[in-house]
Amino acid sequence: MNTAIELGLIYAIMALGVYVTFRILDFPDLTVDGSFTTGAAVAAISIVNGVNPYLTFLLAFVAGFLAGVITGLLHTKGRINGLLAGILTQIALYSINLRIMAKANVPLLGEETAISPLKDAGLIGGWGSIGIFAAVAILLALILAWFLHTDLGLAMQATGDNEKMIRSYGVNTDNQKILGLALSNALVGVSGAVVAQFQGFADIGMGIGLIIAGLASVILGQAIFGTRSILVAVLAVIAGSVLYRVAIQLALTVGLDPNDMKLVSAVLVVIALVVPQMPFFRRRKALVNRADPGGAAAAGAEAPTSPAGATAGAPAGAPDAPTAGGTR
Amino acid sequence: MLTLTDVNKTFFPGTVNERRALRGIELHLSEGDFVTVIGSNGAGKSTVLNVISGGLAPDSGTVTIDGRNVTRLKDHRRAALVGRVFQDPMAGTAPHLSIEENMAIADKRGATRMLGRGVTHAKRRRFREALSVLELGLENRLKAKVGLLSGGQRQALSLLMATFSDPRILLLDEHTAALDPQRAELVTRLTEQIVTDQGLTTLMVTHNMEQALRVGNRLVMMHDGQIILDLDEEQKCGKTVRDLLGEFEKIKGATLDDKTLLQ
Repeated sequence: MNTAIELGLIYAIMALGVYVTFRILDFPDLTVDGSFTTGAAVAAISIVNGVNPYLTFLLAFVAGFLAGVITGLLHTKGRINGLLAGILTQIALYSINLRIMAKANVPLLGEETAISPLKDAGLIGGWGSIGIFAAVAILLALILAWFLHTDLGLAMQATGDNEKMIRSYGVNTDNQKILGLALSNALVGVSGAVVAQFQGFADIGMGIGLIIAGLASVILGQAIFGTRSILVAVLAVIAGSVLYRVAIQLALTVGLDPNDMKLVSAVLVVIALVVPQMPFFRRRKALVNRADPGGAAAAGAEAPTSPAGATAGAPAGAPDAPTAGGTR
Repeated sequence: MLTLTDVNKTFFPGTVNERRALRGIELHLSEGDFVTVIGSNGAGKSTVLNVISGGLAPDSGTVTIDGRNVTRLKDHRRAALVGRVFQDPMAGTAPHLSIEENMAIADKRGATRMLGRGVTHAKRRRFREALSVLELGLENRLKAKVGLLSGGQRQALSLLMATFSDPRILLLDEHTAALDPQRAELVTRLTEQIVTDQGLTTLMVTHNMEQALRVGNRLVMMHDGQIILDLDEEQKCGKTVRDLLGEFEKIKGATLDDKTLLQ
């Protein structure tokens, strides 16, 4: 179980990347399957060639960043459908990853990795390493939350929210999408680098179907912990990633074998997507929306019907229907 | 301030659907002009706005704003000069962002956006002050998501945001058409107030002739991609909707005659 939590925290870095594209840019980016392996491949091959293991995270960041830029360019400048652009990059990366590794599997046995000190200290599989991995994931989540509240980050959020509007305020939405995809895949690449060092090898197939794990983490976490603010949302993604790995672990302990896990993942995502639409959950969500204090106050003050009141500008908020749902 | 010279735009050229949306538009707005634009559906009103904002590139002709030729600049590159409010109340704001975050986006119109904090205490004070002008109580709901506001509130906020960072030109595209009469009246009143206070050079498209006569200091009527009537403040004064319709019939009749002659 501890290993499942550790893995959940490491894969949470990838899930944060998926959050940026899927929730902020409203762009389901399938590059992830490729860029994750790219990050792992770059890290593994660098370590084998004697690069400082901590530096490999930076290299993986850059590699993932570039992968995201490619998808972004295909989508914005090449006007290719977003899903297709991601798949194209992902498939192209398969060959590139093989080129980077020169073979399908690069073992890191006996190499000094960023995880080795933890292993030597006997922390792996215990609360010590869970604490460290959690600290790293939360730190990255906090940085992401900070970024999304900067002027640049607000422009990125608006790009996914209302493209026409943000263009009218002078933002080049193409650049925003490219930057968002790049940052997302950079995080995914870093996650790949950590996973490779954690499990002691990089493998050409390690990224296959990973986007589902990322989406599952985002959707699961946010369905349970909500999206009241960006900060809650990013922390929910981390929690979702851990829950996802724990769920997988439970599925294994009840007798399913590892080959069934892709099916389990897919079913988990379907459940997380469909259940919140059920009547019971919808009603709960409506109640949460109504909890906005200003809205409640305004709803209490009926719009005046006299002409004098009307020209004075009614405190306006006769309880007309909210114009959009409050979830993200 | 704003000059359109011989602007032409044809949609779907060379096909059966070919439509000449603008034919040789000549329009000049002086600083502080508040021009209302009326015309039937398909007259080219929205196309004119889109050509000015950069959403559409004209086939020929030039657009000059504040002495700068912007004809080939894309919409987001012109945004520093042009503020816009759209017909759809949902179009001018980001629903999942809060009121203060939307204001922060508007505050940075056309500026380079870097890693500075989007909403600071100082900014929040300015936003609160600006929002209080609307008298909708929005200044007390800075953290509320814009998606929770009503259509009228959102349109009022859009208007405030569009005018917040001092654009050179304000474009209003039937921005009261989708609101109920009471809210439309409110937004119209706010528009007049803000435009007058800031002395904004404004182009307002409307379907409402009565509103077009009442608001602004100049009235332009379009038909079939051309400007067929241009009334200054004096000429506009005292005119009624009936007069406008009469003018329209007269000019439309004349163009019909022309066409008959040519056939």
